[in-house]
Amino acid sequence: MADAGGAVPLLRVGGLKRYFDVSAPLLNRVLERQPRLTLRAVDGVDFAIGRGETFSIVGESGCGKSTVARLIVGLYRPTGGSIAFDGVDMARLRTRRELAQVRRRQQMIFQDPYASLNPRWRVRDIIAEPIRAFRLIDGNAAILERVGELLRHVGLAPADGEKYPHEFSGGQRQRISIARALASKPEFLVCDEPTSALDVSVQAQILNLMKDLQREFKLTYLFISHNLAVVYHISDKVAVMYLGRIAEVAPTRTLFSRPRHPYTRMLLDTIPDLDMTGRQRTPVAGEVPNPINPPSGCSFHPRCPFAADRCRAERPEPIPLADGALVACHGVEEGRLPEDVRPLKAVS
Amino acid sequence: MSAMDHPTVILPRETRPRANQPLLQVENLVVEFPTRRGVLRAIDDVSFHIDPGEVLGVVGESGAGKSLTGASIIGLLEPPGRIAGGRIFLDGSRIDDLPPEKLRRIRGKQIGAIFQDPLTSLNPLYSVGRQLVETITTHLDMNQAEARRRAIDLLAEVGIPAPERRIDHYPHQFSGGMRQRVVIALALCANPRLIIADEPTTALDVSIQAQIIALLKRLCRDHGTAVMLITHDMGVIAETADRVAVMYAGRIAEVGPVRQVIKHALHPYTVGLMGSIPSVGVDRARLAQIDGAMPRLNAIPEGCAFNPRCPKVFDRCRVERPDLIPQGPTAVSCWLYDRKEARRG
Repeated sequence: MADAGGAVPLLRVGGLKRYFDVSAPLLNRVLERQPRLTLRAVDGVDFAIGRGETFSIVGESGCGKSTVARLIVGLYRPTGGSIAFDGVDMARLRTRRELAQVRRRQQMIFQDPYASLNPRWRVRDIIAEPIRAFRLIDGNAAILERVGELLRHVGLAPADGEKYPHEFSGGQRQRISIARALASKPEFLVCDEPTSALDVSVQAQILNLMKDLQREFKLTYLFISHNLAVVYHISDKVAVMYLGRIAEVAPTRTLFSRPRHPYTRMLLDTIPDLDMTGRQRTPVAGEVPNPINPPSGCSFHPRCPFAADRCRAERPEPIPLADGALVACHGVEEGRLPEDVRPLKAVS
Repeated sequence: MSAMDHPTVILPRETRPRANQPLLQVENLVVEFPTRRGVLRAIDDVSFHIDPGEVLGVVGESGAGKSLTGASIIGLLEPPGRIAGGRIFLDGSRIDDLPPEKLRRIRGKQIGAIFQDPLTSLNPLYSVGRQLVETITTHLDMNQAEARRRAIDLLAEVGIPAPERRIDHYPHQFSGGMRQRVVIALALCANPRLIIADEPTTALDVSIQAQIIALLKRLCRDHGTAVMLITHDMGVIAETADRVAVMYAGRIAEVGPVRQVIKHALHPYTVGLMGSIPSVGVDRARLAQIDGAMPRLNAIPEGCAFNPRCPKVFDRCRVERPDLIPQGPTAVSCWLYDRKEARRG
């Protein structure tokens, strides 16, 4: 497991914020005397990803995990905070050329392989686009050769390049997305729910492929998912997000065997029990509150069984713990939460 | 003999003796889609039963035919799809050949339905109360006031806070999880004996998913309602179902008690499927992988539909199609479990 502590991490995010203005149109605001409304999709997020590491963000819909992914690859501009890639602050890059040099090293894989491939382009043109856009290879023949090589890397045949996306199944399309992402020889891949739209047996194929490619090309992954079992399988480090903030970050085995934050504990309780141990799950009451008007203090306090007065008033900041976990919870800081140790099975 | 071994006896009459019979009996169901390039067979000779109060999970990957099986039972098969063969019995009476009006009476009264997306199963223009009351008065002999009282009770039962106030709200005023609760209340309106739940938790967040599963389980236990739970999520099946049928390419690959199928899967497809599911606490460098994909309907291979992907394939699988073979408490359609093969091997 790579550690982000010593050397310069590949990606460092500090105090990252992204607000969306969701107010009614000006005329309505004036006539109906409505205030401006701000949705704080990401509200101060810090983490670092070491080289060769797989860092996952989990959370329920609306927690801001996809917004973080989009901020990092530049699909949104941050409202505040900083993103440093390989020690270079992305906000400092002014010229197109400087930006392009960094962007070539970061690519993204999207959730829906039906929406993320242009249906009117041949697969070879889809995969060749990053090569052409970044002018990585000259000459059509050389580009096509490279496309064929990329198709082989993801388990397709070079001849598949002549086809259109609709001729492929969901899993094969996701392979095409991966081939396109690899075309610019990136070091860092942001994967936003890459297997959520796929069947389990196809999901297994894609997860295995991603692990193989990571080893072969020394890739670093930021993996966004709501599926805790997938996250456990693929990650070195996991961040749990709730309402635009990180509740807990820890190495994977630590997070799953010693969850600290009450929200993490609740999420782990929702994992269906495939082992049929007959363990009774206690579904947690309540739902994720409206992020436009989040609760005061710790935003999890209305659903938290350990909430105290301080939790309602004061927002907790992440506190580093001895085993490398980072937890934003007053209860954990004050040591008034019961230990929650969950044995993981022996490494097989 | 296990529960699965209800012999598919062909009786001359349309009704069957009432004693000891399953609530739902599906026999040799075939669903076809006529297309310009020939007839596509989406469900091919599927037989199963559901006992009163039982939860039968139907699991499979997209295109396996699980949702079509559910739609055939409630008579909501979209044309040009049609039932081309087989029979469906509810409580001993045949329901697959009823005229639409009669089927409409059964749907809602005896069979309730819950679909994946709660927003599409509710009418956005009517308050949830109006939709509940309409369903109740259609199927039960109640006046408006009684129906409204029952609607409020149902909303309370599915865990909606302040039901007296919420009953007059419109679907958009509910969150996703609360909407699915309303849909469950709607399915329960006429105290049906069977609920067809097609991916009821797929569109929901994990924490809400756990709440809805717990709710479904509690309601079915309290009311003695049987459920056909259609899902692609083995985890949901493990938590909820008594028995599970695994579907592949329009056929049942394996059916049996859920514990048995999950822990000791027999069919090579089920074995592969179980191995491909990542699981918390189990460290594996790689997941088991079934190479390839489920065949398209116009290219279902000869013999066993799984044979091109099967690690244990042998000659017979390529030519002859296996039917469900009883194997202890489960039944599996795989030639590996045929007695003749056992003798030969």
